[in-house]
Amino acid sequence: MKHIISVLLENEPGALSRVVGLFSARAYNIETLTVAPTEDPTLSRLTLTTIGSDSVIEQITKHLNRLIEVVKIVDLSEGPHIERELMLIKVRAVGKEREEVKRLADIFRGRIIDVTDKAYTIELTGDQTKTQAFIDALDRTAILETVRTGVSGIGRGERILRI
Amino acid sequence: MTEMNGADIVVNCIAEEGVEHVFGYPGGAVLYIYDAIFKQNKFKHILVRHEQAAVHAADAYSRSSEKVGVCLVTSGPGVTNAVTGIATAYMDSIPMVIISGQVPLHAIGQDAFQECDTVGITRPCVKHNFLVRDVKDLAETMRQAFYIAKSGRPGPVLVDIPKDVSFARTKYAPNREPVVMRSYQPVVKGHQGQIKKAVQLLLQAERPMIYSGGGVILSNASAELTKLVKLVGAPCTNTLMGLGAFSPNDPQFVGMPGMHGTYEANMSMQHCDVLIAIGARFDDRVIGNPKHFAQHPRKIIHIDIDPSSISKRVKVDIPIVGDVKDVLTDFMAQYEAMSVEHVQNKTALADWWKQVNVWRGKECMKFALSDTLIKPQFVVQKLCELTTGDAFITSDVGQHQMWAAQYYGFNHPRRWINSGGLGTMGVGLPYAMGVQMANPNSTVACITGEGSIQMNIQELSTCKQYNLTPKIICLNNRYLGMVRQWQEIDYGSRYAESYMDALPDFVALAQAYGHVGVRIDKPSDVEGALREALAMKDSLVFMDIITDQSENVWPMVKAGKGLTEMLLGSEDL
Repeated sequence: MKHIISVLLENEPGALSRVVGLFSARAYNIETLTVAPTEDPTLSRLTLTTIGSDSVIEQITKHLNRLIEVVKIVDLSEGPHIERELMLIKVRAVGKEREEVKRLADIFRGRIIDVTDKAYTIELTGDQTKTQAFIDALDRTAILETVRTGVSGIGRGERILRI
Repeated sequence: MTEMNGADIVVNCIAEEGVEHVFGYPGGAVLYIYDAIFKQNKFKHILVRHEQAAVHAADAYSRSSEKVGVCLVTSGPGVTNAVTGIATAYMDSIPMVIISGQVPLHAIGQDAFQECDTVGITRPCVKHNFLVRDVKDLAETMRQAFYIAKSGRPGPVLVDIPKDVSFARTKYAPNREPVVMRSYQPVVKGHQGQIKKAVQLLLQAERPMIYSGGGVILSNASAELTKLVKLVGAPCTNTLMGLGAFSPNDPQFVGMPGMHGTYEANMSMQHCDVLIAIGARFDDRVIGNPKHFAQHPRKIIHIDIDPSSISKRVKVDIPIVGDVKDVLTDFMAQYEAMSVEHVQNKTALADWWKQVNVWRGKECMKFALSDTLIKPQFVVQKLCELTTGDAFITSDVGQHQMWAAQYYGFNHPRRWINSGGLGTMGVGLPYAMGVQMANPNSTVACITGEGSIQMNIQELSTCKQYNLTPKIICLNNRYLGMVRQWQEIDYGSRYAESYMDALPDFVALAQAYGHVGVRIDKPSDVEGALREALAMKDSLVFMDIITDQSENVWPMVKAGKGLTEMLLGSEDL
């Protein structure tokens, strides 16, 4: 099962490599990874998605907690949460494709943020199923470039991860 | 507040921690630190002959004394040589601080002379590491390093100090305040509710079993363990890392479990109905194949300070996270209170002991003596007899290590010093040095083999320089014995590269380093020679003992097999 794990860690050089090194050393896999400082610049918030059995996820959370620079961690998928990914996608747009791509972007509530004679660049946010659905809806040969940030997530309601 | 340079801060911080000995080897990047060491008299520096030995010695210093071992190496090759030692300490959770020099900040990343990515190279084999970029952070980093090394599940911590940081000046004041880190707060006290559940379970047990590991030694909980064993009345086994925590002469002791454990220990581990694991981690060398182990239904209580050790290889029913000593104290208080109402099933316990004693009756540790060939087990038994089980014994890795563990009855914790997790050949002699520095008036013996001893034999020179006088008992069978044993059993006796040809004359070699060397090749000479060597308090004695080449370590559970699929001797092959 896919899990979204959120980690608060000290914003120090090398902290990220400890997290990543842990996954490779213990043969766990990382599907996506995003990291940036929080409102408190001494802390980074890292979100990663991984797939594994319950016992593997339990070991992953325990080992993450064991890292000295990890302050707190939560498995967001254990409760109600919101997940988002930002995708920037550059699509060929020539002739009647222009209208069609525009319409498709509107349906997915994407925004065209750059335009040339031959291409549109579209910005799209949503959970991963939505960004994937948009890719699937496009003509594969029309896709020139895709950039996805990976999943970010936050707990719903009063569920808070902070120190 | 006095102003001083980074090197002096390092020296002061080491002294602040009460460290009396630092093991190391100088080089370009640590010259300011060595200069500061030259000018101080707070601790003594031991110059080894290879950085690996510095780390092993500091490691053993820690294992045998409860103090934090400290070592100091230079950048680049100094660090890479130290890595084996660091990984060895990490696998056995030994508190240590390694200080390494680094090229100056401006040269980092420039492929400078003797530069390596120390923090990167050591990251997977340290509890934590630091690169100090500003001299103002140096003192706090050093304090954190010691705090992290010795608290929680202990482990080695490395502090990498660029040369210019050790030269830069800042204000320094001694600080005795406890270190507080928001991201690191290890749990010490066990959860009372979990302890209660565990006590209830144990009181209902009909076939209880106590399985204790290195965590009991690290937590100094030998007395608590002993009390628990008596209270519960269960058989007790100590893992390789836990030997000495419970008396080997007590009738409730069933020996070591695992690959080369006793028949009674393994059978009890497998057939008990409640297993209480204390500071042990269900290692593959202890429980064999986890699937086979899980076939027998039993409830497991697991006390460990590291949550990630719990339910890692074996599913646990009642986990208790906390320091072993603390948890055991609470556990026994609750046990005593509750046992008033819930009386233990004494009949069931008596039946269980009957069964355990039947297993014991196999006498799996018996071996045949010989008039012509020296049996390695016999040497270890004699050594135990002559030192009344009270000596500090270090070992290397291989057959001799297993024989030492099986046939030397360790009466006290912290006397058996070996590399259990990583299985590092070459630790024996540097371990003996570290033990002797920490326990100058005690008998120290290094049980080794002719293969292992050559991996760090240069340290004979260090021993001479510092008048270190361990007795080196080299069980010389002219083979990499454990490799040969596996080749005999699993590889059709094709002894690929396991024969030790062109061995040096160890007696002459020991003498060349300024020590005493003796060769013993007759069984009848063993006892006398051991007595003589032990009596030479002021000399390192290298005993080259020519042993039976064909001897194997029994019993044995082959890798991947179940714990009770034991070979008791070559007749079982």
